[in-house]
Amino acid sequence: MSTDAAVGPAGREVRQTHRVVIRFAGDSGDGMQLTGDRFTSEAAAFGNDLATLPNFPAEIRAPAGTLPGVSSFQLHFADYDILTPGDRPDVLVAMNPAALKANLKDLPHGGILILNTDEFTKRNLAKVGYESNPLEDDSLEPYTTHQVAMATLTRGALEPTGMSKKDAERAKNMFALGLLSWMYHRGTEGTEQFLREKFAKKPDLAEANILAFRAGWNYGETTESFAVTYEVAPARLAEGTYRQITGNLALAYGVVAASQQSKLPVFLGTYPITPASDVLHELSKHKGMGVTTFQAEDEIAGIGAALGASFGGALGVTSTSGPGVALKSETIGLAVALELPLLILDVQRGGPSTGLPTKTEQADLLQAMYGRNGEAPVPIIAPQSPADCFDAALDAVRMALTYRTPVFLLSDGAIANGSEPWRIPDVATLPDLSVTFATEANAPDGSGEFWPYLRDADTLARPWAIPGTAGLEHRIGGLEKADGRGTISYDPDNHDRMVRLRQAKIDGIEVPDLTVDDPTGDAEVLVLGWGSSYGPIGAACRRVRAAGMSVAQAHLRHLNPLPRNVGDVLRSYRRVIVPEMNLGQLAMLLRAKFLVDAHSYTKVAGLPFQAEELAGVLTDAVKGDLPA
Amino acid sequence: MTATDLPTPGVGGLDLVPTTDAPQKAKDYTSDQEVRWCPGCGDYAVLASVRSFLPELSLKRENIVFVSGIGCSSRFPYYLDTYGMHSIHGRAPTIATGLAVTRPDLSVWVVTGDGDALSIGGNHLIHALRRNMNITILLFNNRIYGLTKGQYSPTSETGKVTKSTPMGSIDAPFNPVSLALGAEATFVGRALDSDRKGLTEVLRQAAAHRGASLVEIFQDCPIFNDGSFDVLRKGDDVAERLIKLVDGEPITFGNDGEYGVVRSATGGLEVAKVADVGQDAVVVHRAGEEDPTQSFALSRLSDQDLTHTVTGIFRKVDRPTYDDGARAQVAAATEQAQQRGDDLQALLSGRDTWAVLPEPENEQ
Repeated sequence: MSTDAAVGPAGREVRQTHRVVIRFAGDSGDGMQLTGDRFTSEAAAFGNDLATLPNFPAEIRAPAGTLPGVSSFQLHFADYDILTPGDRPDVLVAMNPAALKANLKDLPHGGILILNTDEFTKRNLAKVGYESNPLEDDSLEPYTTHQVAMATLTRGALEPTGMSKKDAERAKNMFALGLLSWMYHRGTEGTEQFLREKFAKKPDLAEANILAFRAGWNYGETTESFAVTYEVAPARLAEGTYRQITGNLALAYGVVAASQQSKLPVFLGTYPITPASDVLHELSKHKGMGVTTFQAEDEIAGIGAALGASFGGALGVTSTSGPGVALKSETIGLAVALELPLLILDVQRGGPSTGLPTKTEQADLLQAMYGRNGEAPVPIIAPQSPADCFDAALDAVRMALTYRTPVFLLSDGAIANGSEPWRIPDVATLPDLSVTFATEANAPDGSGEFWPYLRDADTLARPWAIPGTAGLEHRIGGLEKADGRGTISYDPDNHDRMVRLRQAKIDGIEVPDLTVDDPTGDAEVLVLGWGSSYGPIGAACRRVRAAGMSVAQAHLRHLNPLPRNVGDVLRSYRRVIVPEMNLGQLAMLLRAKFLVDAHSYTKVAGLPFQAEELAGVLTDAVKGDLPA
Repeated sequence: MTATDLPTPGVGGLDLVPTTDAPQKAKDYTSDQEVRWCPGCGDYAVLASVRSFLPELSLKRENIVFVSGIGCSSRFPYYLDTYGMHSIHGRAPTIATGLAVTRPDLSVWVVTGDGDALSIGGNHLIHALRRNMNITILLFNNRIYGLTKGQYSPTSETGKVTKSTPMGSIDAPFNPVSLALGAEATFVGRALDSDRKGLTEVLRQAAAHRGASLVEIFQDCPIFNDGSFDVLRKGDDVAERLIKLVDGEPITFGNDGEYGVVRSATGGLEVAKVADVGQDAVVVHRAGEEDPTQSFALSRLSDQDLTHTVTGIFRKVDRPTYDDGARAQVAAATEQAQQRGDDLQALLSGRDTWAVLPEPENEQ
């Protein structure tokens, strides 16, 4: 924290700081995600730039007080444009010994530690293997520790409500939120309004939570244990109107926008799966915008119904994560053969198999690229941040509709649940995605027949003739089709031609050139990433440059087809580093396609890269020391 | 309960599909593709029945879609001059679901086989039935895998010797009608491929039914399971084997109605000589009965040995369809949204926004 000090009206020191990272950690049932979300909303409303990292177990409620049950929410907010949720917290709020034990290693010495002392009982300490009570020994000496009996104080504040002790204690997360809101000079009206609406049907609960929130605030104000409060000024982002948005919400909005811009009704066929389910939840709220959502019996039925809807002239969409993609693969192959538009949203998580459902990974790239039988090319686009999911969805739909093809959008757990400010676009500026259905016979021989596989000369797309169009009755399917006429064909030359045509169609998709950020123009090292690692890579580049070294950064949004200039870009740098949350999938593609010596830096820990570690890798690379 | 009232069926399965006054013939439904089933295949008879039945519906041909999975019968759509999709193994009901929900103006048919519908696609079949999608499913049951050259199927008799079961199959077979009734199907019928009159009647009522209709068609595979239904086609005892259901009529069969279906001591149904039990003891068929118990018992009248094979319409009841419900929700929400004046810009903006002003004004 770089800070400027001043003295506040209450005689207490007020420090101006540019950025803060807060981590709320507690039991799965403690409401840490809600607490973090709420603080995020306040930071957003105040005008800070921000980035968040929710981190929770796959179990809905692991046994209380245990390490597997720890849930946390990290929030980075600043007065300038930031790129990541932060490597390490400046402030750690730990609601119980398990949360302390699981998170303390990330808190730098000198960091602020706020502990809910009520949970530090012998039993709870023993549960997580503390031999002595850290509140009493010297293990917390390196930190600025605040011991607060949050449960007791919350109970006391709620006494007049006549609530049971147990129920009253459940509001202790709002006490913590109140205290942190006070520490960082955040308003109270927004949270109080939020609680009233959230518990509109249970006004008693709303009032209880508000009481707890105010108690936390007042505790900071009236006790002397907190000598310093902090102010983080609004960020100077580009002019515009902003809101806070998560990646899954932006994806859903992107799909709704694509529907409006294409004038096609959306049909989402899907099956619940972490971390993609929120896309279904959100889209199911927007039936009023012409969105139909179908929760199918399984992943296969979800995509099958979406493809059926596309055949009928709707915008077919399916949402899933890696294990679901595995099940959908055969239908994606069918969509490749049928040459119909289809959007496949893959919110990646840790694999293989069930893997790490709630954690992030980028290991579905090769599955999206090659995970089908036969030569079955599919375009792939990957958003680089939560807000970018909106634009990526629109671009994916553009490709699907223009080229009549299934398209993969690879998001991941980090950006799906993470949030950041989003400059709300003016819908008048959104791209026109309107399509033209075939209405006339098209046979070049003038026979008056309809040839479903006669291609557009520019895009190689075939006509989209939907049922209900008189005179264009035709049959399509998974069997190989005769070029043009579209009847079943087992002719060897025809198959060779069709395989190459399908490939050429995808290879010919228009995608923008790769841009390189090389401020000094003399960098020898290029770092090339894709997807959600944009933030940490960008933050690492800033650090390396701040240290006086040159590094060039480029980020791939289109992974298939790759931008036309990728080979030239790669070859114009002496050393190329490709950080990925997999074992080097993009690097392998680049090496195979361009015969360049791209070096992988990989991590598959279920968490995003840290800027600090990548800065180290890049610094080494600048000095000539490449990752092994 | 749902937030919006579900439309009650009451209407026919084809009521939203545009019709034509132009007379149609079977030839109009014949595509230019050469039919490539084996000589003697039962699929020919079914194709002929369907081609000659479709004109009767007077639908616009372009508003009919046949979707199939994989297997011999799944080549069906290629031979009909309607819209069609030959999809992937077992998944035809899923494709049909997306079409049925988004396009109420289409008559959507699924053509599938015993392996396609009951083995690899079993899950989709039961869910399409329970959701009561407005689709008509033709299940061609030849009790064998034909396209993969003769392995036993989920409807093959236990003990059947095939290429994959040289010592005899140890699988217990599915009874497709029982399965469909158990999956909450609202329309279940069965016909024999060679019985054009009976098949056409079942098709007619299936098409008119709003909701999922399952039609099991017994069908011969002359190459790998030849003559499997011959006992129902020829021989002296055909009349004693084949029970043709007529709604509202006592269930009798055999020469001069010699036999009747009566209640058994165990609560099911059994066959008795009418002369022994009296006409009043014979059960009257009620396809529209909400309680599926009697229809289910009819489906269990005899085992896979075809001793007493029931054909006709087992069940035909009204229940809201998924696709009508889905469209009703979208329509209701759209109306509300229009009344509120919701638009995309408002959606994207949400409620909690903040403005960043141009640089100079932002200076403090």
